[in-house]
Amino acid sequence: MTKKIKNLKEFSLSNDRYEGANLMCPGCSHNIIVREVLNATNDPVIVATATGCLEVCTAVYPKTSWDVSWIHIGFENAAVAIATAQAAYEVLKRKGRLPEATKKMIEEGREPKFVAFAGDGGTYDIGFQSLSGAFERGHNFMYVCLDNEVYANTGGQRSSSTPIGASTTTSPAGTVSYGEKMMKKSMVEIMSDHGAPYVAQVSPSKWKDLVKKVQKGFEVNGPVYINAQSACTTEWKHAPEDTIEVSDLGVESCVWPLYEIINERDEHGIIYNTKLNITYRPKNKIPVEEYLAAQPRFKHLFKPENRHIIELWQKAVDAKWEHLQRREEAGV
Amino acid sequence: MAKKYELNEVEVWDGNMAAAQALRQAQVDVVAAYPITPSTPIVQNYSQFLADGYVDGDFIMVESEHSAMSGCVAASAAGARAATATSSQGFALMVEVLYQASGMRLPIVLTVVNRALAAPLNVNGDHSDMYLGRDAGWINLCSYNPQEAYDLTLMAFKIGEDLDVRLPVMVHQDGFLCSHTAQNVRPLQDEVATEFVGEYKPVNSMLDVSNPVTHGVQTEEDWHFEHKARQHNDLMNSKKVIKRVFEEFKDLTGREYDFVYKYKMDDADIAIFALGTTVESAQVAADKMREEGIKAGVVSLRVLRPFPFEEVQDAFSNIKAVAVMDRSAPGGTFGALFNEISAAMLAAGKSPIILNYIYGLGGRDTTIEHLVDIYRQLDECAKAGERKYPLQQFIGLRGPKLSFY
Repeated sequence: MTKKIKNLKEFSLSNDRYEGANLMCPGCSHNIIVREVLNATNDPVIVATATGCLEVCTAVYPKTSWDVSWIHIGFENAAVAIATAQAAYEVLKRKGRLPEATKKMIEEGREPKFVAFAGDGGTYDIGFQSLSGAFERGHNFMYVCLDNEVYANTGGQRSSSTPIGASTTTSPAGTVSYGEKMMKKSMVEIMSDHGAPYVAQVSPSKWKDLVKKVQKGFEVNGPVYINAQSACTTEWKHAPEDTIEVSDLGVESCVWPLYEIINERDEHGIIYNTKLNITYRPKNKIPVEEYLAAQPRFKHLFKPENRHIIELWQKAVDAKWEHLQRREEAGV
Repeated sequence: MAKKYELNEVEVWDGNMAAAQALRQAQVDVVAAYPITPSTPIVQNYSQFLADGYVDGDFIMVESEHSAMSGCVAASAAGARAATATSSQGFALMVEVLYQASGMRLPIVLTVVNRALAAPLNVNGDHSDMYLGRDAGWINLCSYNPQEAYDLTLMAFKIGEDLDVRLPVMVHQDGFLCSHTAQNVRPLQDEVATEFVGEYKPVNSMLDVSNPVTHGVQTEEDWHFEHKARQHNDLMNSKKVIKRVFEEFKDLTGREYDFVYKYKMDDADIAIFALGTTVESAQVAADKMREEGIKAGVVSLRVLRPFPFEEVQDAFSNIKAVAVMDRSAPGGTFGALFNEISAAMLAAGKSPIILNYIYGLGGRDTTIEHLVDIYRQLDECAKAGERKYPLQQFIGLRGPKLSFY
């Protein structure tokens, strides 16, 4: 059943099933996102987490930050882990072998939700095969990518989510390099093209939008992909207290547009309609430069010889924003 | 409810069908699998059982063996009985998750149809995959024919799921020579087999909403060692449960299993030690030797892990010369079984002459003649009271002879 949330104060105090006092860096977005996702429902939640910052900081034996059942297997298999746990749930439910407390919860209309969290390394790169397979098979789960655009846990190496021009430890800016050479992979569209009923992009700074999308995702039947912007104080190199501000700059500049793609499916699973909704439209779209300037990972781009990359960024962001608006207007 | 499968007292099954039938009768809740030669028919047979209503569980055809084992881990942590099958490259892809399955103490059953590892790519049987997983912390059971593949797969569930064990179990059979060779198998009726395996008892199920659990934690230098030591301890001690399950199975079927398999060892002077289908060929060769008055025997393992150290010592206590046959490329040393058996005999304080033979790689046929030749070498050593041949020889290899030391 969908949880009613009135305001941030109430939301921040409700049903806390994730201990924030863990080993994460101060100002880490991961903690914020995880709490927002778990707090979006009062139903039981089962969580799988890929190897990464979230995993190494929240489940260090003999402690755990999780007051929901949680599993970590490896780096590349969070999707299959949660999908198969959900499959096991369906089998045991059918066979009447679920634990009594769980049966009772279901009778009260509170079906467990199955959620995977993984970073962009575990999603865009090494976990992509497992993710793609689980989406193709149509399991009923939500996959949340905590996208900080870098392998943060292992010391800031580039991933296929790292945007052009970012200086990382394996794509460093140098005397003859402006840093990362590749554009970021379009994960939201890729996951939507798997035929998933619901995919969305969110930012922890727009918490109401995030919660609404997570709640929508919990309502649909089938795999759901949520791409969550996760500003990384350590690798984006901004001050811990600026996390939300940097996130907002990403949203207000349309570097990180907030939108959802809904594949409406008939009872046979055939998609008869695809809709893209932009869920937040900045009143004054700010220049990309302001977003880049707030993060020292891009500071070398402001040298005269690298300025062309900032121009390229602006062009790419404008083109994507234009494309999203056209898709929304056309209803495709 | 799954339909009852009508079975004759004697069925003609190959090793793959035998393993698939055992998985069906164990009423596995979740099978997550990916096809690979020569174990593919296990998942195909299982799919057909499902399509015909003989399975009341989920069968998930995932996109890789890595996901197959990951799926088994998650399903098992969710309180479900989980199993899968694989071979060779698929096994190699699973290796990362094999260690996670055992470290998380999840009693998954994996039927392994043994096959060579590339390169060069080869679909035929040898024990490279078995050797690759031997340190993964699983119980390893070894079968030589379809009947045993069936029996040991049923027993695997009961052993691994025992609350004193809680470890995953592999059941090995040779690719093609066992997996694709139809032989007579005496199956249990469904209700008998299901009752023998027993109901699955979940431990720390992720699906118990009244008791949230954290599976797959991080431990560093402070706790990792204790976890691995405890795991090793329980694997070593699983022998008690294995013995008990073997006994219960004997009571039910009359078919007898032990940690070490021995053929005509009571008065033997020389012995071949091998795994897999070669064990049956070696028995034929031993009989031939005995016609000549040479007292030959055969020894094998039913249980590769936990390694039956004392039983191996006991088996070779009165033997003069032993050929330890390793069906895996040794990669710059002696065969792994040679090393383990040599260590056992060294510790016993009295060792026979031990020779190492590398054989049958990539499905190369090992004939009775090869085995007779090995016995003749052993006989010569035994009579001379000293080693007359190199420590390691490759047999059945084309071109010039290859040997070391």
